[in-house]
Amino acid sequence: MKPRHRRLAWIAAGLAVLGVAVALVLNAFQSNLVFFFSPTDVAEQKAPQGRTFRIGGLVEEKSVRRDGIVVHFNVTDTAKTIPVSYQGILPDLFKEGKGVVAQGKLGPDGVFVASEVLAKHDENYMPPEAAAAVSKAHIEAAEKNAAKTLVR
Amino acid sequence: MALNWYRFSSPATFYPLAGRLVPLFGWGAAVLAAVGLWLGFVVAPTDFQQGEVYRIIFIHVPSAWMSMFLYVVMAFWGALLLGFNTRLSGMMAQAIAPTGALMTFIALWSGALWGRPTWGTYWAWDARMTSELILLFLYFGIIALRQAIGDPRRADRACAVLALVGVVNIPIIYFSVKWWNTLHQGASVKLTGSSMETTMLAGMLVMSFAFWFYAIAVVLARVRTIVLERERGAAWVAELPEARSA
Repeated sequence: MKPRHRRLAWIAAGLAVLGVAVALVLNAFQSNLVFFFSPTDVAEQKAPQGRTFRIGGLVEEKSVRRDGIVVHFNVTDTAKTIPVSYQGILPDLFKEGKGVVAQGKLGPDGVFVASEVLAKHDENYMPPEAAAAVSKAHIEAAEKNAAKTLVR
Repeated sequence: MALNWYRFSSPATFYPLAGRLVPLFGWGAAVLAAVGLWLGFVVAPTDFQQGEVYRIIFIHVPSAWMSMFLYVVMAFWGALLLGFNTRLSGMMAQAIAPTGALMTFIALWSGALWGRPTWGTYWAWDARMTSELILLFLYFGIIALRQAIGDPRRADRACAVLALVGVVNIPIIYFSVKWWNTLHQGASVKLTGSSMETTMLAGMLVMSFAFWFYAIAVVLARVRTIVLERERGAAWVAELPEARSA
């Protein structure tokens, strides 16, 4: 083994050890690295109790209701749902059926009182016509499915 | 064919080679940027959910990719320096750091300007953004460390070690959106395919090559000045036509 090969081997070994160390640290801090908790996490009591945290999920379809300046909506991960109330300006991309991250506190009545609401969009980029075609195909598939269940 | 790579590790051989490559990559970057911006701002359609604001992607993603890629390249030169003790490797690493920091800054800044109209905030402490900010501080730290050490050979070694340690941050940035839930969306371009319309994707890729060519041109130009600075006492520098005419 030439000295330069030995040095390179030491560098590789050092990086490997460092990688393992960082992986262990990140694994230990796993719960602190999440940006938001899902409604299922909250139902399973994984979210911090009695202090501010963020919940994330989809704005449930047909759940947005305006009561004066307060907005009510439900955040869902399709398994569990949490009602949210918020007073303030909503981001432009806030929409029913789209992603949302809300920061606030869970009240004793089970309503999440948000102090900040952010929109979370997905990684799909396409022209509106393509999106319309995609959602049309989705609706048709859903109708076909529904029809199948009815027949059965 | 056995190419003698060691020949190009000599600053005297590399200096004129870099000089020939700089205009090549510089003009390449200009042409690619013109084509990429045309694709991005004229050809690519409006997005179905974000409207026109998504076009920041043509600056944001190429700069973010380059910020990570340049760091890996800088760490690679650092490893070569520590392993082979080639002084040109240290100069390459030194030349990459400012461009890497610039790319990281552009990625963070364009991301903030994109986040405000879409998410509703300039900044959030999610894993993707925080790890990219750490990358900026790593670049700053490496630049500062070099300034703090007077002897360039010792500075090279110290910066190489720091760069290699910081390399663990790169997979964290890249996979952060997969490992943890974040406000930042997942990757649109993966090895398995992309979730972007074709002309949007084409514009983004052409812009990425433009950023890449720009980075190569600027780094080579910078490494030439570093070579001259460090080898100013060498005989071959004194024999350069630009040195003799001065």
